[in-house]
Amino acid sequence: MSQMGTAYVVGDNIDTDLIIPARYLNTIDPAELGRHCFEDLDPEFAKSRSSAKGREGVVVVAGRNFGCGSSREHAPISLKAAGVQCVIAKSFARIFFRNAVNIGLPVMQCEEAAEVAASGDEIQFDLFPGTIRNLKRGEAYSAKPLPESMREIYSSGGLMNYVKRRMAERS
Amino acid sequence: MTVTKIDLLLANDITAPIAIDELEKAGIDAVHDPSGAVFVADHMVPAKDIDAANLCVKMRAFARRHGITLYEGGWGGIEHALLPEEGLVAPGMFVVGADSHTCTYGAVGCFATGVGSTDFAAALALGELWFRVPESMRLTFNGSIGGGLMGKDLILNAIGRIGVDGATYRAMEFEGKAIGELSMDGRLTMCNMAIEAGAKSGIIAPDSKTADYVRARSRRPFQTYASGPDAQYVETVEFDVTGMEPQVALPHSPGNVRPVSEVAGTEVDQVVIGSCTNGRMEDMRIAARILKGRAVREGLRCIIIPATHGIYLRALGEGLIEAFARAKAIVSTPTCGPCLGMHMGVLGEGEVALSTTNRNFIGRMGHRSSKVYLASPATAAATAVEGKVADPRRYLQGAW
Repeated sequence: MSQMGTAYVVGDNIDTDLIIPARYLNTIDPAELGRHCFEDLDPEFAKSRSSAKGREGVVVVAGRNFGCGSSREHAPISLKAAGVQCVIAKSFARIFFRNAVNIGLPVMQCEEAAEVAASGDEIQFDLFPGTIRNLKRGEAYSAKPLPESMREIYSSGGLMNYVKRRMAERS
Repeated sequence: MTVTKIDLLLANDITAPIAIDELEKAGIDAVHDPSGAVFVADHMVPAKDIDAANLCVKMRAFARRHGITLYEGGWGGIEHALLPEEGLVAPGMFVVGADSHTCTYGAVGCFATGVGSTDFAAALALGELWFRVPESMRLTFNGSIGGGLMGKDLILNAIGRIGVDGATYRAMEFEGKAIGELSMDGRLTMCNMAIEAGAKSGIIAPDSKTADYVRARSRRPFQTYASGPDAQYVETVEFDVTGMEPQVALPHSPGNVRPVSEVAGTEVDQVVIGSCTNGRMEDMRIAARILKGRAVREGLRCIIIPATHGIYLRALGEGLIEAFARAKAIVSTPTCGPCLGMHMGVLGEGEVALSTTNRNFIGRMGHRSSKVYLASPATAAATAVEGKVADPRRYLQGAW
């Protein structure tokens, strides 16, 4: 099933402190974390998400090593709560990538799509089979395929649903 | 792809609460093996505000209900200093922690890696987790470590060379004569920062120093492993540490590394000596050696944080705490606080810190316009004395 969003382009090595500063880690409330998403990178980003127009979907398009740094799951939670539909990047840091998959935030690795997108481009994406369309540019790209285990987690609706199923199988 | 049984699971006051919520939402009220999991309250402690206190309340209640050991206050310290000190990690173990710096335990010969809260919750429920087997990358450190050089300098130099994604998804194996010379504390510092190059784990093959360290702390039998002669490495990088200068990572990346001589003289408002990277005994001793009988430059705050209560007590016994206090440094109870701009030394607008911690991202220690330089405890102590970034070697003449 394909989804849509407007590209919001960021650079290389966007770390988890930039996604959600540690000073907000005294809460685990998604709405509160969403209000501070990218605050130290772009103080306007989180503010713009609270307006009616801003609530339309965003696709974050990033360079290399997106989500590097801490293991804080608050980072993908904050992105999701801020209305981010998907993160497309040239490459991801390992822990962020797992965390995003586990909570059902779509993440797609695609060098080409990330290279050419500009903020404001309309992006259509389909996690399975991993296709990305940049409607503004009229181009289509293929993301790096996800390993089978990650596909299973996504299609279960997140890791905890998968765990519940495993536990039921055991008992 | 492999599903692996886990020998020890770890979470802290930031990551455990989300895991607890995830388990509750999923209606799972069973822990596979409570004796194979530990909680450590270290990031926001002593509770920095009501919200932080409430997260600890949640973690305590869960730990009590399920029989999981929770370390805090005088029984605890910063997780990655505490677990090796308590003898909870030993060679051959598979350790998974909901904290990116879990890779620290590679220094005692564990395969140790960081995950997020939901992975931790899954592992707590199932006792196992799926992993991709990482490719190995070998970093060989040739030569001899000169006076004033520490594990921190070696790892900063390595990250500067390979880049902050130079080891993404890989296991970094540190070896060579210089690694053999390093103390266990220095090795723990090196493996701690493997994540700063994107690695899944850092590891050092156990030797007699490792065995002595572990046997002094644990009665747990252990099995050591080393890479065989036919081991496959995706990349080998060689370093020569002979004559290497102390290293400094400039704002805003742990990969933006220069020799100290290129940064010396940069004015600094605050020095922090501590964290899971550099709050161990060797770090306290070298800082005291430089600060004893001297004073922190007026106008600069020097915050020293022994990483565990045990280290605090030893530092007290050796007279280090008094030396710090007399030198006008301030000494805190163990906490991660300032490393992540949480509390106990948050930076204001435009302020500059030199810190022995592990990350200097934008806003990491406070205001988004503040700046952080990363260096060893020796460089940090010399910087505290001079009020600007300083080469520690002139304070460390002779044997050390």
